[in-house]
Amino acid sequence: MKVVVGHLYPDYLNIYADRGNMAVLARRAAWRNIEFDYRVVGFGDSLRPGEHDLLYIGGGQDREQALVAPDLAGRRAELEEAIEGGAAALAVCGGYQLLGQFYRDRSGAELPGAGIFDHYTVAGERRMIGDVLLECELAPDARGTIAGFENHAGRTTLGSNAVPFGRVVAGFGNDGESGFEGCRRGRALGTYLHGPLLPRNPWLADWLLSQSMARRLGEPPPLAPLRDEIESRAHEVASGRAFSRGGRAN
Amino acid sequence: MAAEILGRRLRLVHNRAGANLVSGVASALLGRRNADLGLFEVDEAAFPEIARRIRPRAVCLANLFRDQLDRYGELELIAERWRATLAALDPAAYTVLNADDPLVANLGRGRERVVHFGLDDPGAARERLPHAADSKYCVDCGTPYAYEAAYMGHLGDFRCPACGNARPSLDIAARSISLLDLEGSRFELTTPDGSRTVELALPGLYNVYNALAAATLARVLGATLDEIVAGLGRFRAAFGRFERIQVGDRTVLMLLVKNPAGANEAVRTLVDGGPPSLAILALNDEIADGRDVSWIWDVDFEPLAECLDELVVTGSRADELALRFKYAGLDETRMEIVPDLGRALDRGLELTPPGGELPLLPTYTAMLALHRIAADRGLVRPYWESAA
Repeated sequence: MKVVVGHLYPDYLNIYADRGNMAVLARRAAWRNIEFDYRVVGFGDSLRPGEHDLLYIGGGQDREQALVAPDLAGRRAELEEAIEGGAAALAVCGGYQLLGQFYRDRSGAELPGAGIFDHYTVAGERRMIGDVLLECELAPDARGTIAGFENHAGRTTLGSNAVPFGRVVAGFGNDGESGFEGCRRGRALGTYLHGPLLPRNPWLADWLLSQSMARRLGEPPPLAPLRDEIESRAHEVASGRAFSRGGRAN
Repeated sequence: MAAEILGRRLRLVHNRAGANLVSGVASALLGRRNADLGLFEVDEAAFPEIARRIRPRAVCLANLFRDQLDRYGELELIAERWRATLAALDPAAYTVLNADDPLVANLGRGRERVVHFGLDDPGAARERLPHAADSKYCVDCGTPYAYEAAYMGHLGDFRCPACGNARPSLDIAARSISLLDLEGSRFELTTPDGSRTVELALPGLYNVYNALAAATLARVLGATLDEIVAGLGRFRAAFGRFERIQVGDRTVLMLLVKNPAGANEAVRTLVDGGPPSLAILALNDEIADGRDVSWIWDVDFEPLAECLDELVVTGSRADELALRFKYAGLDETRMEIVPDLGRALDRGLELTPPGGELPLLPTYTAMLALHRIAADRGLVRPYWESAA
C-alpha cells in the first residue's frame, strides 16, 4: 500500500515547522508498512491528474506568500481536478488563506486565491496569536479535540455553504468572532493551526492518512492503532494552555 | 566581546546580564553614572525605542533570524522598523552591518558611514542552506539567491542571478577559519589596518560572527587592532552560552538554545566536537522562551538524534521535545521525560560517567532556572554577582 504526497512550494511556505506535519505522516505510515512517497511540487511543476493521494501546503511570511500566490492561483483547474478526484488535502495558515477566493492585505492590495475553499481573507489591525483548542467531527467515528497554535493577521470569512473544520473551544479561530475555525471540503482541510498540528493530534494525522488511501481503495481503510502516550500528554498540556492563555473569541 | 575589547580603555556602562529591554538599559544607566561609553545589547523589537531615547554614536546589526514569531512578527516587518530607526539616527553615527545577511546588508544602502563585516572563507561554508534559512529570496526581485558560500542559516556570500543584488564588499573579514571542536576557534581578522590571528575560547561559526561584529563595532569606536585581538582572546563564555559547570568529577556543558538558527549551530558544534551519546534538552514556553513551541520542528535535531543512546527531556513542554525526537527517529525507550528541571539535571548526571561531560541545551527561562539550581547547590555564583 502506498500514499503519494505532493508538498506545494516547501521552499517558500515552511515558516511554522510544516515539515513536522510531514514527519508525523511519514513515520505513522512507515510504522504500518505503508509506503510514503513524498514529492515536491514547486514553481512550474505540473500536478498530473491522479498523481497525488494527499496534497499539503504550509504557511509563509507575507513576502513568500506574495511570491507564490500567482503561481498557485494559476493551478485552480488542476487543484480542482485533484480534489474532485478524491485526493485528501491539508492547508495550513498562509496556505489555507491562499486556497480561498482572495487575500486582501492592510494596504488594500489583493492576492489571488486558488478558490478551492469558499472563503476570503482580509488582514486586520491586530494579529490573533495564541494557543487554540477546537472540537472537530470529521465523521461519526472521527471526532475529537484538536490542540494547536495560531498566529495570523488575516480574518477569514466562510461562504454561506462552506463547512468549518472545527468549533473554537478556546482561542480566536477564523476571525475571532464566529466561533469557527478552518474550512473543510470533503477530504480537504484548511486551518490556521500551524507547526506541530499533527504531532499532538495523532487522530487527525491518521484520519488524513486513511482518507489519502481511500482514493485508491474506494473506502478509507482502518489503520492499526499506535502507542500514542507522549502524543496524548502533549495534547493535554497544549489544551491546558489554550484555556489558560489562548486568545478568546470576543 | 565588545566590552572586553573596549573596557580597558574606557569606563563602560553595559547590560552584561542580558536585560535587553528599555527597562534593562535604564537600570544599567542608573547603576553606573560616570561612564565614558554606554554599550548595550538590545532586543530586536526594543531597538527602535531604545535608539530613539539614547541616540547612539554607533549601531551594530548582527543578523535577522526567525525567532519568536508569536512575539515579534515577521522578519520583513522588523527590518522595516530597523530601517526607520536608522533613518532617524544622528548623521554622524556609524552603522555596522553583517554583510552576509541579505536583509541586514540591505539596510545600509544609501547610507553614509556604513561598515560591513562578513566571512571570507569558502572552506567554512556548508554545502547547502539549512531547512530554517529565512531570507533566501532577493530583496529586490524575489529570485532565489545564488550562494558562492553559505555559512550559517541564510548568511553567506549571496548574489541574485537575475538582478545582481549582492553582498556588499567587506570592510572587516574573517579568513582561514579553524573550528577547534568544543574548545574554541581561530581565524585571520582582516582589516584596513592589516591582518592578525584571533584566538577565541568559544566554539562554533556563530561565535566567529559575534567576534567579527564586536571587532568592527569596537574599531569604529576607536579601538586599535592590538586591543581588538587581545580583547577577543581574553573573552570567556557568557552565562549559559557554552558555559562549563563543574559538578564533582563531572562537567555540565550548557548551551542556550532559543531559535532554529542558534539551535542548529549548537547541534552542529556539539556533533562536530565528538558526537555525544547522552544529552539533556529543556523546553519551557514562557514569553522569553516563545509561547509557540513550533520552532523546535524547524531545528535540524536529526544529527543529534542519530548519535544519542540516551536523551533526558525536561521543562514545561518536555513532551513536545520527546515528540520531536520520536519523529526524528529516536526510539521511545531511549528517552526519559522528566519535566522537573532539577530532577532532570540529577538524572542526566547519574547517567554521565565519572570524568564525563553532559551537554545541556535549555531555552532561556529553563537556563535561568537551572542556573539558580546550580547556584543553590553552590556550583556557580549567582548570575547577578557574576554579572556585576
